[in-house]
Amino acid sequence: MNTAEERTYENADTELAGRENEQTDQYLTFIMAEEEYGVDILRVQEIRGWESVTPIPNAPSHIKGVINLRGTIVPIIDLRQRFGLSKVDYGPLTVVIVLKVNTEKGARVMGIVVDAVSDVYSLSSDDMKSAPDLGDQVNTSYIKGLVNVNSKMVILLDINELLGADTIPDVSLSALKELKESN
Amino acid sequence: MSIDLSQFHQVFFEESFEGLQTMESSLLDIDCENLDSETINCIFRAAHSIKGSSSTFGFTEVAEFTHVLETLLDQVREGSRQLSQDHIELLLQSVDCLNGMLTALQSEQPVDTQQSKQLIEQFNCILNGSEPEAAASESASAKAVEETAQSKEVASEAASSISNGDITTWQITFIPDVNLLRTGNEPLRMFRELAELGELTVTAKLDNLPDLPALNPEECYLGWEMYLDTREDKQKIEEVFEWVVDESELHISVAGGLFDFEEDAGAAESLESAQPSPVVEVETPAEVVVKPEKPAVAAKAAEATLGPKETAKTSESTSIRVSIEKIDSLVNLVGELVITQSMLGQLGTEFDLSKLANLQEGLAQLEHNTRELQESVMRIRMLPISFTFSRFPRMVRDLSRQLGKKIELKLSGEQTELDKTVMEKIGDPLVHLVRNALDHGLETPEDRIAAGKPETGTITLNAFHQSGNIMIEIIDDGRGLNKEKILQKAIQNGVIIEQEQLSDEQVQDLIFQPGFSTAEQVTDVSGRGVGMDVVRRNIQELNGGIEVKSVEGEGSTFTIRLPLTLAILDGQLIQVGDQTYIVPLVSIVESLQPDMNLINHVAGGCDVFRLRDEYIPIIKLWEVFGEEPRSRELSESLLVVVEVGSAKVAIVVDELLGQQQVVIKSMETNYKKVEGISGATILGDGTVSLILDVTDLVQMAGDQQNSKNGLKLVSSKTWAA
Repeated sequence: MNTAEERTYENADTELAGRENEQTDQYLTFIMAEEEYGVDILRVQEIRGWESVTPIPNAPSHIKGVINLRGTIVPIIDLRQRFGLSKVDYGPLTVVIVLKVNTEKGARVMGIVVDAVSDVYSLSSDDMKSAPDLGDQVNTSYIKGLVNVNSKMVILLDINELLGADTIPDVSLSALKELKESN
Repeated sequence: MSIDLSQFHQVFFEESFEGLQTMESSLLDIDCENLDSETINCIFRAAHSIKGSSSTFGFTEVAEFTHVLETLLDQVREGSRQLSQDHIELLLQSVDCLNGMLTALQSEQPVDTQQSKQLIEQFNCILNGSEPEAAASESASAKAVEETAQSKEVASEAASSISNGDITTWQITFIPDVNLLRTGNEPLRMFRELAELGELTVTAKLDNLPDLPALNPEECYLGWEMYLDTREDKQKIEEVFEWVVDESELHISVAGGLFDFEEDAGAAESLESAQPSPVVEVETPAEVVVKPEKPAVAAKAAEATLGPKETAKTSESTSIRVSIEKIDSLVNLVGELVITQSMLGQLGTEFDLSKLANLQEGLAQLEHNTRELQESVMRIRMLPISFTFSRFPRMVRDLSRQLGKKIELKLSGEQTELDKTVMEKIGDPLVHLVRNALDHGLETPEDRIAAGKPETGTITLNAFHQSGNIMIEIIDDGRGLNKEKILQKAIQNGVIIEQEQLSDEQVQDLIFQPGFSTAEQVTDVSGRGVGMDVVRRNIQELNGGIEVKSVEGEGSTFTIRLPLTLAILDGQLIQVGDQTYIVPLVSIVESLQPDMNLINHVAGGCDVFRLRDEYIPIIKLWEVFGEEPRSRELSESLLVVVEVGSAKVAIVVDELLGQQQVVIKSMETNYKKVEGISGATILGDGTVSLILDVTDLVQMAGDQQNSKNGLKLVSSKTWAA
């Protein structure tokens, strides 16, 4: 367990390059705008329902605010807005996935708002296809890979890339569409 | 049996630093004519334990050095040597040197042995002067190597022989790829370069040479075996082969050595003391490369590589020493808390209304216990300020010599306790203020006598508690602040205009403005870059303040006010729109309902409010933070006047809620610094509330004022965005 965790901490990109031994990793998937996304389950700290947040003044719109997670101040990020998808109202099914993100300044705890949690898959790195190059316009560094599960595409996200940086690059809807078509 | 000693390193460093501190303060106490044997014993003991433990941990340099120091102290202790002022000076220098060495070791940096070598020389000179016994240790390092018997390994001896600066014979085997010549590399050129480094002997290996008919003149069939006698290190040799190393077989080793030495600057450093980073790499058969700081450890590390892992990096962790009484009181309080909890629990299981009084009593007790527990826990973080003050006697002593002034330092209130974090951050500003007082404040003995003052100047450091704050005073009886000079400088810098009428207080406050140094010449001691504005800013970052009072010709008093702790804050809850914010109570001057007649709108989008005889800029929090307020009309809002230093701003809020103590949580742990916000806290109902950073807000108001003066044409709208 521990070694697996360490490996995923450090070798996010070497996984893309492929490993000799056939190890499988578990991914938690969630739904957002009818697409299925996956994150390494070892990074998931907990799954919570949406609760009201304290907004941060002058923060980018996808940063919804901060919550009190048992005494820790945790920022909440709306992944829809982060991806430039259309906004939806938060309902009883809206879910916050609390993740542990490794950044240059050490581990951070952050929450992401998604439409709904879907499933847990065991995937080996051989199943994973690297994200296609979509040109300079589209930043795909946050995509760890694409996987077909039951003939449905799951986009595996690299959490450290996605949420680690202080400045968060824009990811537009069209980029995702393009991605889907090219797959 | 092997024990991983690195787990004790932290303790070793702490103890050693403590020992050094003891040595330093004792050395400063010594009176040469009237030697107190207990003081000498105290210094000796500290030195001895540093030596003992450093050799246990394999920090040979430290052990070697302390050994020589100890020899001298031992002679003084036995009475066979008279201690002189020069000795004390030398010993103090050694303390500094040891401090540097230990700091380097702690951060896993290579140790600079140059200074220690010089000091060892000096000690040996003194020791050789009379003692035949000490003469035996003509090579202190050799003796100390033997002394620290741990480093018996061949490698360590080989390594130390290199660092002793002998010429090393390197054995180089170079078998290039057949295509070497095609890539434009010329072996002859490399040999010339090597010959420049020292004495080179080359033997060609002809094993692969084919018969003449089969020979392709464009291919290289030769290999070479070389012996190079040089003072240079391996890196220099490798540089020669830099272009070909990938496609050739290359072995560089110390001739006759058991290990392949990769030595970077280690030898060169002791010879030329030019390169600051001695790193020795030892290649073991297992091909694990470790990079210890020094040769002696190299042996230990080589041994360690037989184990499963590489030498792990010890992360630097800070720790705190807590007196056992504090822990005991904590244990007592927890005991009481448990009793209260069980009482309430019992009450809860069989509760009826008749027991309401009991319940209320129990809850009151619980509150009492919790508060006491909180205070006790906070007290654990508190340290007496003597930790910070203790560095000053030495500093004043050194500086007074350097400046040729006679200075007496008085310390009082050293037992005043202060939060560890605050203490760490106040150190540098204090040093700056004391240096300033020494350099600019106090006059030379001649000037003092001329002014009818005693020849010896006095600097007093005083710490005490005052209404939930800690106050630190730096008092000197020097020349005081020169009002004329300050005014002149301020006008010159454009801080004020010539006609401006300022009170004495306001003039004195000017020295905290950026770029304000009245020192005519920049000296080594002060007046370089870091100005009083930085001092003030550092203190304000701690939610504190600094003031100066000065009488010309009689001296100056700087007073620093600091909160006792950074973890808890008395806060005023305010409401803006839907959000609740917290303003630190210390910075609030007053809260009031604005009289619309006293509010003026200044061109450029800034409102000012006249509070008695002052005009105060108004900050609309809803505008700055992009909130929707209950009302945009000032007449329906409240003003909270806050003060930082001497600047005041009025914050417009919808409502004042209540006051409470809040525990400060960092926003930076999981997010980042937010402008205008110093942190967050959790309110009674579990929601997060943000704490306003008043300093930030005042600066924002300053920007607004600049725009008002036409320096920066930014409307408050864009500034808010």
